[in-house]
Amino acid sequence: MNVLPVEMGLLLAGVLFTLGLISVLIRRNIIFMLISVEIMLNAAGLAFIVAGSRWAQADGQVMFIFILTMAAAEVSVGLALILQIYHHLKTLDSDAADKMNG
Amino acid sequence: MAFYIASIIAILATIMVITRYNMIHALLYLVVSFLAVAVIFFMLGAPFVAALEVIIYAGAIVVLIIFVIMMLNLKEESVEQERKWFSRNIWIGPGILSVVLLGELVYILVTSERVLLNNTVVDSKAVGLSLYGPYIIGVELCGLLLMAGIVGAYHLGRQRRKVVHRFLEKTEE
Repeated sequence: MNVLPVEMGLLLAGVLFTLGLISVLIRRNIIFMLISVEIMLNAAGLAFIVAGSRWAQADGQVMFIFILTMAAAEVSVGLALILQIYHHLKTLDSDAADKMNG
Repeated sequence: MAFYIASIIAILATIMVITRYNMIHALLYLVVSFLAVAVIFFMLGAPFVAALEVIIYAGAIVVLIIFVIMMLNLKEESVEQERKWFSRNIWIGPGILSVVLLGELVYILVTSERVLLNNTVVDSKAVGLSLYGPYIIGVELCGLLLMAGIVGAYHLGRQRRKVVHRFLEKTEE
């Protein structure tokens, strides 16, 4: 196993984060926006793992576990919200949910 | 070399995720992307986190999203609508701006000094000792967050029962 430069790992994390960011900006479907947020969180976790591997410490992996927990909680609440929005508005368009009807 | 192959697979799969019209196809590519990232974690000397990536991201979270898509019972017209929403003049602006930001990041990384990764494996024992030693408050906060997530998902996902009276229709709280 040859030794990698640390920039390559951070570069991959940056590319994945940018793809997720583009997707969350251009999509109008709420489920796709949620998937894009998952991609971005995963990229942030990848950056933490690269940093933890650079110094051979466990802290990066601990931070990844926290990000994982946060992503799981976020996706459950977000999917419950999506179910309610679809139930009320009969569409997955995020622009349809811009009015507060009380 | 294996790192670069896994990276290219991850990037290609993520590009496929953000350009699909069908949600299930996008989720299948998302699983491929997560598996590639798990391979990278394994190569970076984090086997415990690689297993967690496969189990929780590629397993639990994707299955949760698939269940919701199945509950929504989306038909073919949702794919057509997605195709209609996904026109060129929508994605060209945010895409260019985000790629410029990525270019700045690449410039910073390329011009900085080269640092080589440590090739040591941090096993799950070290992670556990760190997790339940100095980071114990974080573990407790994560428990609190998951509890709030459970309660919030239950509260939001509850379906209001519809009561049809003779004269008026109302939703029971």
